[in-house]
Amino acid sequence: MSEIRFTIDGRPCVARAGQTIVEAAKANGVWIPVLCHYEGLKPVGSCRICTVRVAGRYMAACTQPVTEGMAVENTAPDLEDMRKSLIEMLFVEGNHFCPSCEKSGNCELQALAYRYRMMVPRFPYLWPGRALDARAPRLMLERNRCIQCLRCVRGIRAKDGRKVFAAVERGPRVTIEIDQRLAAGLSDAEARRAMDICPVGAILRKETGFAVPIGKRKYDGAPIGSDVEKGAGR
Amino acid sequence: MGKPVIATASLAGCFGCHMSILDIDERILRLVELVEFNKSPIDDIKRFTKPADIGLIEGGCSNSENVAVLRDFRKNCRVLVSLGECAVMGGLPALRNSIPLKECLEEAYLNSPTVDPGERVIPNDEDLPVILDKVYPCHEVVKIDCFLPGCPPSADLIWEALTAIIEGRPLNLAYDLIKFD
Amino acid sequence: MAKAKDIVHRHPKDPAALLDVVRDVQAAFGHVPDEAVARIAAHLKLSEAEVRGAVTFYHFFSADPRGASTVYLNDSITSRMKGRAAVAKAFEDEAGCAFGRVSGDGRIGLFPTSCIGMNDQEPSAIVDGVVFTRLTPESARALVRGLREGRPAASQVAELGDGANQSELVRAMVANNIRERGPVLFGAHESGAALRKAVGTTPEKVIEEIKRAGLLGRGGAGFPTGLKWEFCRREKAVERFVVCNADEGEPGTFKDRVILTELPRLLFEGMAVAGYAVGARTGVLYLRSEYAYLRAHLEAALEAMRQDGLLGRAAAGSEGFSFDIVIKSGAGAYICGEESALLESAEGKRGEPRDRPPFPVSSGYRNLPTTVNNVETLATAARILVEGAAWFKAMGTPQSAGTKLLSVSGDCGRPGVYEVEYGLTLAALLEMAGGAGAKAVQVGGPSGTCVAQDGFGRKICFSDLATGGSVIVFGPERDIFEIVGNFMDFFVEESCGWCVPCRAGNVLLKKKLEKVVRGLGTEADLRDLEAWGKLVKATSRCGLGQTSPNPILTTMKSFPELYAAKVRKGEDFVPEFDLEAALRTGCEAAGRRPECKESLHE
Repeated sequence: MSEIRFTIDGRPCVARAGQTIVEAAKANGVWIPVLCHYEGLKPVGSCRICTVRVAGRYMAACTQPVTEGMAVENTAPDLEDMRKSLIEMLFVEGNHFCPSCEKSGNCELQALAYRYRMMVPRFPYLWPGRALDARAPRLMLERNRCIQCLRCVRGIRAKDGRKVFAAVERGPRVTIEIDQRLAAGLSDAEARRAMDICPVGAILRKETGFAVPIGKRKYDGAPIGSDVEKGAGR
Repeated sequence: MGKPVIATASLAGCFGCHMSILDIDERILRLVELVEFNKSPIDDIKRFTKPADIGLIEGGCSNSENVAVLRDFRKNCRVLVSLGECAVMGGLPALRNSIPLKECLEEAYLNSPTVDPGERVIPNDEDLPVILDKVYPCHEVVKIDCFLPGCPPSADLIWEALTAIIEGRPLNLAYDLIKFD
Repeated sequence: MAKAKDIVHRHPKDPAALLDVVRDVQAAFGHVPDEAVARIAAHLKLSEAEVRGAVTFYHFFSADPRGASTVYLNDSITSRMKGRAAVAKAFEDEAGCAFGRVSGDGRIGLFPTSCIGMNDQEPSAIVDGVVFTRLTPESARALVRGLREGRPAASQVAELGDGANQSELVRAMVANNIRERGPVLFGAHESGAALRKAVGTTPEKVIEEIKRAGLLGRGGAGFPTGLKWEFCRREKAVERFVVCNADEGEPGTFKDRVILTELPRLLFEGMAVAGYAVGARTGVLYLRSEYAYLRAHLEAALEAMRQDGLLGRAAAGSEGFSFDIVIKSGAGAYICGEESALLESAEGKRGEPRDRPPFPVSSGYRNLPTTVNNVETLATAARILVEGAAWFKAMGTPQSAGTKLLSVSGDCGRPGVYEVEYGLTLAALLEMAGGAGAKAVQVGGPSGTCVAQDGFGRKICFSDLATGGSVIVFGPERDIFEIVGNFMDFFVEESCGWCVPCRAGNVLLKKKLEKVVRGLGTEADLRDLEAWGKLVKATSRCGLGQTSPNPILTTMKSFPELYAAKVRKGEDFVPEFDLEAALRTGCEAAGRRPECKESLHE
């Protein structure tokens, strides 16, 4: 297998052919922030938080394959501020009430905001009207918290391959719809996977919540991305 | 030069952030040494008797009185701080923001179940503050200099912010100081 | 609902048929009812949510009834400049409902729509698929009355336009407005000459000729056409495709409409030449929904070319070469002019762009190697084969060879299409079009550049003002902020919503612009506009978001004094918050005086 040599912020790295920048960075112990990306799902570059710069051009590191000699900029201050801006955009675009959200502490959007020290979004709040859909027997779709990352659209399918979740509308009105017929057939395990795959608190299992106490939640102690960076010491 | 003067207020909040101020435990003794409180529920001073160096605002703006208090604070405080989720982004009171106000009022006062069979009205006494069309984060109404998120912000964050402002240094934001819940 | 069942079952059990099925259902019922969604999903083995996803993506599909007759009134800036407001009011008065609604009797639905490619004859509308141009309040009223009286829209077209617009298969009141006939597109062309020349040589030589001519893509991006064909040809695959992008949606462009109307055979011949060059057997014409009125005319042209032996088996008499063309229709989405979104749509899906790489030349239509070319590019390629690369290269500038077809509209005496050589200055173009004295010219549509008077010496060419062809002239009285606002509304409406910066960023840019325009801006707000604009451009996933801040950014550059005059100097904070407005509803609901005091509770 051919090895590709490239750099991230000047640091020499190696990648396998076909790896995306995000995958290759991770393998080299470098964390590039991601949100819509989910291991095992086809990357779609919807959140753009993994934006890096290569030869002056901006690109989503989750969809861009690494090429020989590529010099990736990952932590330039202006890039980091762009990522922070995108996180802040998501906070004003939806209705994110962390204090009352079951996913708080385990939420990847919130964790990114913590890591990027978001004290207040620079954008005005938009307060969209978004309907909650609790018709499915095992799941609730809380659209106020949805960031349209399309993980559920990509990852949750019925036994015959049909998509249980789909994006509807377009532009700022885009929301996720849950197919009632197919959602009715989801097993408990599949419902759990749907909740786990959701980076925020938009997909929730019914009759359970706040199971992990404050202090023990995923991002209570260490910032998101720490696990990847720890690997760097290998 | 006298001690720095601090003023605090709770707008559309639950006083939880004020509780968190008190949660700085024994450091409160040092705080009392360091600063002087002016207009605040903590000392029950109702009106500014002198300009303040630091104003701490809990809660967002949900009615006309909140706006008036906030503007009064802006006028009288050198550094104005949004303290807690409600001040920073509206918080739980802002759950109503994606629902038209008229619907909210009708649901609350006209259409909801009640044990009182009398006439139903939307409160209209001229002495009551008027409710705003939505709950506004403080920085959408006046200029805010410092933001401390959290529901409530931890006592450690409040302590760090107050000492930093008093000492005129940037905030040192350790990872575990920033929480939105 | 037996009828929905029949419609659905007329189509193959193939998800790729989704848009075709939905189009038929929409046409039959005026909307896509829930029961039809269920039937479509079952037939195509899709989930109902997915079907709804497609129905709600396209502007001309709807889950809710749109009226027995539906008026789509163009909302482009030129339409507004030419009297849209009065026409809209006439429609509303006569229909008895506001835009965005259906009249109480269910007869008339009124909806705004993005540019329909009639910018040279505004205000215009599409009514039940029929184009009405140069509308007046009187003609709008008469039209609605006629519809109510049961006279179909088509029967209300009083005067037909020129050329093929008069043919039986078109019968449109659209005018071609061909103002300048150049030697490339409008030169005398013997149908079939290009294709015969192509099949008489090798595909490699055809590509070589196009490369030597220096033909760059006419859609605006300017990728070398010969190189694209070469990349496509080099891909090892069982099949390759030629896709023609006839989805010119950039507000202010309408030049492809004229090619499709007057030169369809030249275009199809260009597609066949491309097919021969890349080794494709099938061409797909992706026709924007707004031009559906040309479809029968285009099908007839295809049939005639089959009869002439220019399409089908052994095309142009070449035993080894078979090539035919199918037409796919859009359904109202600007984003489908982006080549990868177009491919998604042609495959029957939501028109959401794909990630690149892979590029369409290696994985395009049905994930097979595909060359996607603009209408004008393909027609031009056919002419190059006949006349030769040297002939073509002698025109234009060294870097931008040949001619460009421009769509000129707005405040000018002679709006229409102009085939001009590259290198023409804006001043010269304004002279030709009767637009001298203009305050600004929008080159390349909203995603392009707003050029002020001091830039009228700039040239139309790839190294200076690159454009897909839209040129909108703004007279001295026009309000630049109204124009910028209209353009930003357009991008908000037409963003596909896939990526964050474009979906949310354009809304936030528009909001910030409104703050400044209302006189509530500070210098910090102007810095925000610039920074947020850069952010959206840098981080958006496709060309839409990568250019959508341009209306703001390019006018900040060309008219800095307008922005400076709007902001409050010396003030570091001005809130948008308006206490009086914020109290209005609360006062009304409680029956209290609106002048309600905000004073402190004493």
